[in-house]
Amino acid sequence: MIEIKDITKTYVTGDVETPVLRGISFTIKDGEFVAIMGPSGSGKSTLMHILGALDTATSGVYFFDGKNISDLSQNELAEIRRNKIGFVFQAFNLLPRATVYRNVMLPLIYAETPLHLRDELVKKALDAANMPEDRWHHRSNQISGGQMQRVAIARALVNNPSLILADEPTGNLDTKTGEIVMGALQELNEKQGHTIVLITHEKNVAEHADRIIHIRDGLILEDGENGNKKIIRRHSQQ
Amino acid sequence: MILSDILYETYSAVTVNKARSGLTVLGIVIGIASVIAMISIGQGAQNSIQSSIQSIGSNLIMVTPGAQRGTLISSGRGSSQTLTSADADAIGKDVPNVAAVAGVASRRFQVTSPGKNTNTQVVGTTPAYLSARNVEVDNGSFFTDPQVRSMDKVAVIGPTTATDLFGDGAVPLGQTVRINKINFRVIGITKSKGGTGFTNSDDVIYVPLTTAMHFLTGSDYVNEIDVQAVDTTSLADVQQSVTDLLLQRHKISNPQLADFSTLNQADIIATATSVTGTFTILLAAIAGISLLVGGIGIMNMMLTIVTERTREIGLRKAIGATERDISLQFLAESVLLTFLGGAIGILLGWLIAFTVSKIFGTPAAVSLFSVGLAFGVSSGIGIVFGYYPAQRAAKLNPIEALRYE
Repeated sequence: MIEIKDITKTYVTGDVETPVLRGISFTIKDGEFVAIMGPSGSGKSTLMHILGALDTATSGVYFFDGKNISDLSQNELAEIRRNKIGFVFQAFNLLPRATVYRNVMLPLIYAETPLHLRDELVKKALDAANMPEDRWHHRSNQISGGQMQRVAIARALVNNPSLILADEPTGNLDTKTGEIVMGALQELNEKQGHTIVLITHEKNVAEHADRIIHIRDGLILEDGENGNKKIIRRHSQQ
Repeated sequence: MILSDILYETYSAVTVNKARSGLTVLGIVIGIASVIAMISIGQGAQNSIQSSIQSIGSNLIMVTPGAQRGTLISSGRGSSQTLTSADADAIGKDVPNVAAVAGVASRRFQVTSPGKNTNTQVVGTTPAYLSARNVEVDNGSFFTDPQVRSMDKVAVIGPTTATDLFGDGAVPLGQTVRINKINFRVIGITKSKGGTGFTNSDDVIYVPLTTAMHFLTGSDYVNEIDVQAVDTTSLADVQQSVTDLLLQRHKISNPQLADFSTLNQADIIATATSVTGTFTILLAAIAGISLLVGGIGIMNMMLTIVTERTREIGLRKAIGATERDISLQFLAESVLLTFLGGAIGILLGWLIAFTVSKIFGTPAAVSLFSVGLAFGVSSGIGIVFGYYPAQRAAKLNPIEALRYE
């Protein structure tokens, strides 16, 4: 599914070179739920951008679904993102004035999904993200934070991507709603077999995953099974 | 992105901030409206001038006496008595492609009817004048060539004169009018030509040329010879032939010293058209400047929107929008705004033109061409002034855009 070898990323500002990633290699198999954990400045965001095909590495190779995508152009990367990756951001990044339904449909318009297929895909994604149906036609700035994040998850799911990348998905939520969002992600992983990569700096958030990759100063500190995985049971239709 | 999605996204983006969109559109509306109004009014003036020139006659060449120059004392142009009815006859006989020739001896007289009087132009001429000057008789008939030869004291009067002398709606056939203390019997009333322009061609009395010369002007000279060519193409040739013939008859070898001048109707129209055309362009250019300002307004707003929506652009790119998708979306937005402005502007411009024509009585012509031009220009402005902001949006780095606060 994902295979990266010796990925480095160096930012150059004027004459100053700042190495952010200094040789990272790992493999993520289909259906895995992996947390990439590290403090701020560890390079996890940069790694997330590279994994999410938003950016390319300075050196190293990146195989995604068996295809080397290390040196693609911006538009080719956009195509990968469009068809294979779903993003969940800390700040939700919904279009505030559009309805929940329209927000979830957004990736389909860039994928040019035929109109008659869209409704079913959107509804399926909203159901999968456990979004109550009576909120579907609310504007997305009229719902709670937890619901916003579930809309974002539904948006990430709608194209049936190979990989869901969640960047601090609970960062803007209180603990309780955070747990619910994590439960939704776990369910997607377990019941529907989605591959999920979670980026976080919090240990107790990372512990929802099956495997945790610790990053510090641009290098992998530790990579292994999560011994004490927290399992969230879905609270009966929140 | 498919078309319906672009349209939906554009529509929802434009309607998010209706006040701002409205104000931006207003700039284009004013620009387009003034262009349309100016062109329409200009075009209307042009049409009006053309039709008033055309109403004088068709394919007409007017020969008028000029000042005799080359002698010590030069009299004023048109004042000299150099043209005779013999000249008119000679033109009719010797110049090819002439449809009609009419000598005209005219002067203003005080004209009286029983109980009323007026001061009007009395035109002595021949029946050929009817065709040369597009005069039509409404009631009764025009005088005939035999009546001209026999110096009959008959008159054909214009509708305005008829009203002035006999009251509204009167048909004074067989009645008598007194011109210069001589009684004339009214045998016809001409059809109204619409008294627009510089002279009112409805306020006139026509009498036979011979009668006018003998009883009214008292001389053998004519004020004008109207020559009608058979068609527009032969107009210039006929003008040249008439000039040559008259020079020969008047024994003048140097055309610079001609004691008459010829005026070709096509030349008058061409001159008038070029004058009004220049005016129209001038007005449209001034209006165009306001259109340009409106376009800059669009660009300004689009740049603001791109900055405001940086995060949204980042998100759209993250979920797979290409640079083309983004730039298309912003271009569509600015084109929609200008297109909207164009549509409203055309309506408003038409309304202004219509109002102006109602108030000032100058006809305005909103041509399909100017409407098409306005639509084209306004959409073009949308593309030109939307291009830079759209490119800026498309080139945004998705990572930086997502982080933008």
